[in-house]
Amino acid sequence: MLSFRLDNSPHRNWPDYLAERAATARDPRLQRYFSAGCPAPGSSIDDAPLLALDMETTGLDASRHAIVSIGLVPFTLQRITPGAGRYWIVKPPRPLTESSITYHHITHSEVEQAPDLNDIVDELLEMMAGRLVVAHYHRLERAFIDSAFEARLGEGLRFPILDTMALEAKRYRHSWRAKLASWVGKTPASIRLQDSRDRYGLPAYTSHHALTDALATAELLQAQIAHHHSPQTPIESLWV
Amino acid sequence: MSVELLEVREHMGRFAPFDTLSDELLDDVAQHVEIAYFKAGADIYHYGQAIDELCYIRQGAVEIYRRNGELYNRLGEGDIFGQFSLLRNHPVRFPSRAIEDTLLYFIPAEVFRRLCEQDDNFADFVELERPRLEATVEQYRQSNDMMITRVRKLITRRPVMIEATASVQEAARRMREENVTSALIYEASTNADDVEARHTFTDSQGMNWTLIGILTDVDFRNRVLAAGLPAELPVVEIVSRPPRTIQSDESIHEAMLCMLRNNIHHLPVLHRRYPIGVLHLSDIVRYETNSSLYLVNNIFNQTNDKGLAQLSADVRAAFVRMVSEGADSRMIGSALSTIGRSFTRRLLELAEEALGPPPVPYCFMALGSMARNEQVIVSDQDNALVLDDRFDAERHDDYFAALAKHVSDGLAACGYSYCKGNIMATNPRWRQPLAVWKGYFSDWIARPDPQALLDSSIFFDLDAVHGEEAFVEQLQDLVAEQAAQSPTFLAAMARNALNRKPPLGFFRGFVMENTGEQKNSINLKRRGTAPMVDLIRVHALACGSRAQNSFARLDDIAETQLLPEGSGERIRYALEFISMVRIRHQALDIEAERTPDNNIEPENVSSEERHNLKEAFLVLSNAQKFLGFRYPMSRSR
Repeated sequence: MLSFRLDNSPHRNWPDYLAERAATARDPRLQRYFSAGCPAPGSSIDDAPLLALDMETTGLDASRHAIVSIGLVPFTLQRITPGAGRYWIVKPPRPLTESSITYHHITHSEVEQAPDLNDIVDELLEMMAGRLVVAHYHRLERAFIDSAFEARLGEGLRFPILDTMALEAKRYRHSWRAKLASWVGKTPASIRLQDSRDRYGLPAYTSHHALTDALATAELLQAQIAHHHSPQTPIESLWV
Repeated sequence: MSVELLEVREHMGRFAPFDTLSDELLDDVAQHVEIAYFKAGADIYHYGQAIDELCYIRQGAVEIYRRNGELYNRLGEGDIFGQFSLLRNHPVRFPSRAIEDTLLYFIPAEVFRRLCEQDDNFADFVELERPRLEATVEQYRQSNDMMITRVRKLITRRPVMIEATASVQEAARRMREENVTSALIYEASTNADDVEARHTFTDSQGMNWTLIGILTDVDFRNRVLAAGLPAELPVVEIVSRPPRTIQSDESIHEAMLCMLRNNIHHLPVLHRRYPIGVLHLSDIVRYETNSSLYLVNNIFNQTNDKGLAQLSADVRAAFVRMVSEGADSRMIGSALSTIGRSFTRRLLELAEEALGPPPVPYCFMALGSMARNEQVIVSDQDNALVLDDRFDAERHDDYFAALAKHVSDGLAACGYSYCKGNIMATNPRWRQPLAVWKGYFSDWIARPDPQALLDSSIFFDLDAVHGEEAFVEQLQDLVAEQAAQSPTFLAAMARNALNRKPPLGFFRGFVMENTGEQKNSINLKRRGTAPMVDLIRVHALACGSRAQNSFARLDDIAETQLLPEGSGERIRYALEFISMVRIRHQALDIEAERTPDNNIEPENVSSEERHNLKEAFLVLSNAQKFLGFRYPMSRSR
């Protein structure tokens, strides 16, 4: 029996994990998703079907806060297809607080009329099936999705994520050059989504919205690979 | 539509040709866009690669090359490429490369075809050259000023306002004092809710008044005298009401229709509810009549040079008005040339008054743009004197030197600066009897030396302004007969016509040269209209045309087989378009109280205008290539 670490540290035996979950999942939807698996760890990023994912939440703590919106944009290293993107507002089990409303640009009435996450699970999992998820800061996405599924279906949902923020951090925070710069007192480069995009000459988007940010993340990954990685890079060295 | 598609849509909606698409089509485009990132230096399309998408630059910069590697175009945000391959259904002929980090939107071929089918504007834009330039030029012509100029522009004085309680006689007296043919009648407002509420206004003291009607000269005849009513009658008894009115921001056209519909000659003009003036039918008629005619009349009424010089502000005003009314370059060129000729003639008349009658007959000859009837607001004076063959320098030249100086100085005072090449009647070389002039022209044509012709090509646009017009007509005949017979002369003129080449186009805030060099501004005369006029002149000389105006010359050329099919029309539209851009920028300069010049700065050129200019430059460039091929230098030389 394989054991899996449930913290956020990277583990690279994702195919095994997904196969195991496919065998043990009780919910048929989850079972279908896990059975679809993920691209082979040794396959190149150039060939991988990708899915940019961004979500907005009522706060940062997955145990106290909830997901309010999810944006998905399918893409590959060659092309992003925003027209095939999906976006949902979902009704959090806990009501929105006033402060989170101004942050998310989502109104009470939109949330009141929104479906519960449970109602969109089918479509969400269908979009995700077989695709490698790309997100800017995977810890948030991973923790919130896992706990939301746990709460509704009694089973969590975890999957490999390619983290564009981690790629930026590796280059601009953890490289010896970046460390040297910080020792001589230079402000470290920001690895927030828009600041990262600026470094690659990508445009600033006006709206902050799960779908726009998913698109922004997809473009950022294309730029990062174009500048710093070979398209032949195996995905196991990129996912977490 | 989802929000990230709105980002796509909103960006594309700002750039031609997407800016004029219907919402529905634009949605269609955004829905099908695919996106890809290209690092600086990355190839986008190779030569011969299959292409089934239109490319749109969302961010960054792209260069397009000819097959031999020569730079064809540099494109920036909002530009498109790939349309020519898509239209012709063939693989990529002009490879492309990102020269900065670039984000591209790809529009699938089937969407592209749908846009071409359903939107004429879009189709025109992506087609080559003629259709779009033609459409644009026609569009300017059609945007008639009456439809767009607002009524308030015609209001020159405040209305005469008379209270309803005044007697008919008092009203007549007021109108006589104010020298008006109509007055507005008003009364204190009693009830703000009454039916006339829309004509209720508040004066500066906060009093409420109601406009109840208008009183015109005719009313005194028809409603007072003819009806036998006394002069003491309050005007309220005879006023026509309720008044027909028009808002100050309505078009002149609307005002005219309103008058015709209601069979009235006076129309009160309101700003919201406040009366600001009265429009008379004659105001519209006067407006419609070319104002340059009034100006010309005024020129001939001046009795001294100083008076003439003071009219130069009016010339500028007339120019700006013609531009804003949507006149085309030929109308403007001919109006300004007429004005220039009128100044010249009046100065000659005044000089003759001062110097006495001329000792021998003469003709004052215009050269260059005035002869072609293509003057713009920035114009040098280029002129000469053709004298009777009985001219004797010893005895007569003092007179003509003084005459020439008077005219030249006078023109300079009126804003026509001295010719830098000294091609003016004040130069003794260009103040000669007819026989000498014939010798000049015969010599230029028979023994053409490109260098010498460079300075004298301006003489091949020539026209009489004043005096013995037959002198200049003889010279025009001579040129028309001899030039066409001299291939070496035509070749030398053609060679000179290729000296000034157009730029490649625009890129961001810069003018793009063929070398890839970027400049801050472009002289549209030197790089656009002048080389175009030069090459038209060569063809015109070749076909023995006596016309001087470039468009008239093109008409003559069209009668021959000199130019390939369709080429003359392309040249016509390109010349018209470049001329109008130059003219509009000069009008903008004047309105902004800058000194008008021939330079335009790319930041002041709209993206649509850039596209059209680029195509006009391409027409010019192709026409120049053809010229060199059509009139080759002979090998014996």
